[in-house]
Amino acid sequence: MLDFTFKILVTDALLYLLVTAIIIFIVYARKHEHLSAPWRQIKNKKLAMSALVILGFFVITGFLDSVHIRQEIKIDNTSKNQQQVAQYSNEVLSLLDLLLTKMRQQTEKTYSAPFAINSFTKEVADGEQGKPVLYYPRLKYGGAHLQAQDSRIYDIGKRLLWALFWTLSVLVFCILLIAKITDSKNNIENKHINIATRLKNIISGNTNTPWLTILLVMSIPVFFISSIAELGPYYHIMGTDQVGNDVLYKSIKSIRTGLLIGTLTTLIILPFAVVFGITAGYFRGWVDDLIQYIYTTLSSIPSVLLIVAAILSLQVYMTNNPESFATLIDRSDIRLLFLVMILGVTSWTGLCRLLRAETMKLRELDYIQAANSLGVRHRRIMSRHIFPNLMHIVLITVVLDFSGLVLAEAVLSYIGVGVDPTMDSWGNMINGARLEMAREPLVWWNLTAAFVFMFILVLAANIFSDAVRDAFDPRLRKA
Amino acid sequence: MENQANNNLLEVTALKTWIDTEGGIIHAVDGVSFNIRPGETLAILGESGCGKSLTALSILQLIPKPAGRIVSGKVMFSGENLLEKSEQDMREIRGRRIAMIFQEPQSSLNPVMTIGQQIKEVIPDRKNKSSVEINKDIVGLLDSVGMSDSVRRINEYPHQLSGGMKQRAMIAMALASKPDILIADEPTTALDVTIQSQILNLLARLKKENNMSILLITHDLGVVSQMADRVILMYAGEVVEDADAVSFFDAPRHPYAQKLFLSIPDRSKRKKKLDIIPGIVPTYAGDYQGCRFSERCDKAWDLCFQERPQWRAQEKNGVRCHLYNNTLEPQETSDKNIEQGLITADEKQDKAETLLDVKQLKVHFPIHKGIFRRVVGHVKAVDGISLKIGRGRTVAIVGESGCGKTTAGKAILQLIKPSSGEVIYDGARLTKITGEELRQLRKNFQIIFQDPYASLNPRMLVGESIAEGLHALKLESSKAAIQTRVKKLLTQVGMPVDSYGRYPHEFSGGQRQRISIARALAVSPDLIVCDEPTSALDVSVQAQILNLLNDLQNELSLSYLFITHDISVVEYLAHEVAVMYLGRIVEFGTAADILDNPLHPYTQALLSAVPVISKTGNTGYKGDSQVLLAGDIPSPSKPPAGCHFHVRCPQATEICRQQYPAETKTGDSHTVFCHLFESDEQH
Ligand SMILES: Nc1ncnc2c1ncn2[C@@H]1O[C@H](COP(=O)(O)OP(=O)(O)OP(=O)(O)O)[C@@H](O)[C@H]1O
Ligand code: SF4
Ligand code: SF4
Ligand SMILES: [Mg+2]
Repeated sequence: MLDFTFKILVTDALLYLLVTAIIIFIVYARKHEHLSAPWRQIKNKKLAMSALVILGFFVITGFLDSVHIRQEIKIDNTSKNQQQVAQYSNEVLSLLDLLLTKMRQQTEKTYSAPFAINSFTKEVADGEQGKPVLYYPRLKYGGAHLQAQDSRIYDIGKRLLWALFWTLSVLVFCILLIAKITDSKNNIENKHINIATRLKNIISGNTNTPWLTILLVMSIPVFFISSIAELGPYYHIMGTDQVGNDVLYKSIKSIRTGLLIGTLTTLIILPFAVVFGITAGYFRGWVDDLIQYIYTTLSSIPSVLLIVAAILSLQVYMTNNPESFATLIDRSDIRLLFLVMILGVTSWTGLCRLLRAETMKLRELDYIQAANSLGVRHRRIMSRHIFPNLMHIVLITVVLDFSGLVLAEAVLSYIGVGVDPTMDSWGNMINGARLEMAREPLVWWNLTAAFVFMFILVLAANIFSDAVRDAFDPRLRKA
Repeated sequence: MENQANNNLLEVTALKTWIDTEGGIIHAVDGVSFNIRPGETLAILGESGCGKSLTALSILQLIPKPAGRIVSGKVMFSGENLLEKSEQDMREIRGRRIAMIFQEPQSSLNPVMTIGQQIKEVIPDRKNKSSVEINKDIVGLLDSVGMSDSVRRINEYPHQLSGGMKQRAMIAMALASKPDILIADEPTTALDVTIQSQILNLLARLKKENNMSILLITHDLGVVSQMADRVILMYAGEVVEDADAVSFFDAPRHPYAQKLFLSIPDRSKRKKKLDIIPGIVPTYAGDYQGCRFSERCDKAWDLCFQERPQWRAQEKNGVRCHLYNNTLEPQETSDKNIEQGLITADEKQDKAETLLDVKQLKVHFPIHKGIFRRVVGHVKAVDGISLKIGRGRTVAIVGESGCGKTTAGKAILQLIKPSSGEVIYDGARLTKITGEELRQLRKNFQIIFQDPYASLNPRMLVGESIAEGLHALKLESSKAAIQTRVKKLLTQVGMPVDSYGRYPHEFSGGQRQRISIARALAVSPDLIVCDEPTSALDVSVQAQILNLLNDLQNELSLSYLFITHDISVVEYLAHEVAVMYLGRIVEFGTAADILDNPLHPYTQALLSAVPVISKTGNTGYKGDSQVLLAGDIPSPSKPPAGCHFHVRCPQATEICRQQYPAETKTGDSHTVFCHLFESDEQH
């Protein structure tokens, strides 16, 4: 019997939907040369692949954090004759939470600096003569395993060496795996070269796909993960926040929020932008006037205003109907969903405009005229002739928008209209850091952790999206 | 060539220029040799992609770098090898001793500089001249190229000039420093015939006045015939024939040249099958064993596939073909002269039942201006045309660019909503029908477009494109039936059946045009509007398409509305001809009426502007027989009052400026809109 049950949050479901859509797209793209050729081009670019590797780690983390379960509560078996009904905890945990159980559960009383073993704030205790003295107490968990005489630096170093060892093992394993499946650049005619040569090719960088770069870049997150595995249970690597939660854990948990905002929003944008953009450009006339009217109106209202209004009214609704939201996590999940929707509604106009303009050009082309003269219905012309020829624009825009949306979440949470305050998100962390920056001595790690994570994600996304644009934009491809 | 007569101005010897591409190295120019003598016009003739332009660019070291490189060869010009000169020295030669003009006047002029500024830059010795002198020079140059209003043009920008005027400006720039050689790369291909004949005449005159040599690059045999003293014919990077114009046009030697002449449509070949050159020009990435033409040559035998033919020359003429020995006499051949198939349609079928009746059709596009997009005027693209097409007949619409031919074709098929007028197809009033009813009727009339690259959806399989009409109009029920049908269509238009599952980009222009034809045929139409279906194709491929259209007409008794600007195509296949000028039909009649007895001054000018291929070569000026039209086509947004043609018409009178002429019947089938003929009838 399982001792847990799955709990699917609304945003989880949407994420699964998105992943399915992406898989379907990949299968479709493999069959269509015009879609798969640019990807092959990207596959051979060093910078783009490095960014993709980093993104991959973010995505995997976010995905692990989106499979939610409720564990079974073990009931006392004193009343044996009672019928056994499985009881599940109200606490909803993700796979990531389970992996990071220690980091999650080991909460201190309040702030502590990275790798600290003593608290950041002084406490009062009875001194030798009964006089109260102020001192920095030992942390409950951070460095708790150290004896007085142990060196902290030595302990950390030892554990890092272990992490390095794990990283190297993973690398070696990956090299062998890749050698097993790849073939080299200079070897088109003769596929059967032995594994030793292939190994040499990979290590000397003599492959079409830049495996060496990929492996080197990959070793960074792998090392990071092994360090967390080695150090996480014993230290607060990035310190703790005001209520004693591990900051690194919070930063990692925020990945899901950032990714969801960046991707689900496009899921909302796409149908609006594609349907409205193509219809407006194709039919023109009053349909065009109407759609243009809608989006000029919409884009001339400051989107922050719309978002504030929407979120505030959601809040009011939630306080008035507390019974509709079973758990805290449901509540914050609905708010996230709402934010995603409102962001989507306010940002479809850009893509819509692009698609409308491009459709207007396409509809004059001879093959569309030919389809018209063959009596092909409008719906089919739009879906079979126009949409496939707009695909590259959609793809480029989606990838380019991603980082903007991640940043938008931070800004919105900072001004208090973002995700639920109880939800882990970089925006909330930055928001919380407002007061910390005014403290003496400075509490810098909250802000720093949020900043570093967000920066890496956005940078990787930007590099990758540039590569996608280069590969798909026909004008850039010619040059 | 062996003959090293020392009066040559330019000697090109064994020039090789290669281009690096993704698919490998292309030997674009592969051992080309020729000479130009002073005051001579040498034409380089060849189909697209045979290396004509690259040969010219190599002479001036202007080939695209770094992809292209000159591998070997010599270009001797006044005792020096140009290929050994530095970039700086070349700049002294380019534009001064050897000048060049290009096909697209549009893209060779700087759009942000006035014409005067651009010409000023190339005036020699300008540092020692006062600005008044320079200005005089510029005006003089513009006058010499026949630019009207030359003083005003100095301060105009390129976009304010028409295509023909831009080309004149280019020529003026090229002539500024009185070059010894003018290289003209397809100088008139982008222009209309009446403008083309102006430019060709200008070039011929300037050549004589300045005793200049011209290296003329073209694919048009007519232009060559009119201009050239000598001709070299190129094929796949090689010169295959070099001859003086008279002997080239009188008796071409190389089988490719002979075939080219046979594949050009004209009246004498009417109702006969055009002789085609099968296949397409090869892309010469690889090394050839034998003759490059062997795959398309019907005289080829074993030797041709094994050994590259040597250059055989005698005096100044030469040819590269195994058929010739050193005396250029054809050797014993396995000449299997193929019978010219006769098409068995009878010309007599004059009173065919009317399939399409167009009455006073008008299409006016509104011109919007300002923020409120107020309508400030109309482009009268089609301004009241009437014509009838009989079943199984071909009606051609001819006219210059922008006269509304395409718009008329689309409006007839209801692809553009006509502003007024009627289109009656087989009793059905198309202009009154909309929606589902019209959609069902659409299977009866189809269209084929000019640009083979824009007429197929790049994202759809060829098979899907062809099947589209079958799906849309539910003409076949099952998937299997559709597939068999599509395959049958592919065979019918001469495409391999396995094209079904391939994408359009894998095919050449001619093949795509066949696919477009198959797509139109799929729904078994009775009428096909052909909008310049061959103007983007090479002559040899054009012949294939025209033959196909002809065959299909006989088999399926199709009617064609054939839109074209190419008179030779009209001569070859039209039964009736409508001549359009500025949105209106100015003359209508049977092909014989129009071609033998053109009445309207515009028709006469149009016909005489067409360069004819004459057996004696170099026709030069056509003298009195040619009606040279002055000026450009006015804009259809504000056509001139009275007869639209009066600004250019050599016979215009007072009444022409005031009143549009009425329709005049001058014969059974011949009508014309011109005041010259009205009076005859009225009295
Ligand atoms: N959609 C449009 N809106 C406004 N003006 C148009 C439109 N389509 C065509 N025109 C104008 O109508 C006139 C006739 O155009 P059309 O394309 O029918 O000429 P054409 O005879 O087919 O020329 P070509 O030989 O270059 O193909 C031109 O002046 C053109 O600029
Ligand atoms: S060499 Fe042979 S294949 Fe080539 S053109 Fe002459 S006859 Fe034809
Ligand atoms: S009506 Fe007058 S201007 Fe027009 S074509 Fe005839 S003679 Fe020329
Ligand atoms: Mg046209």
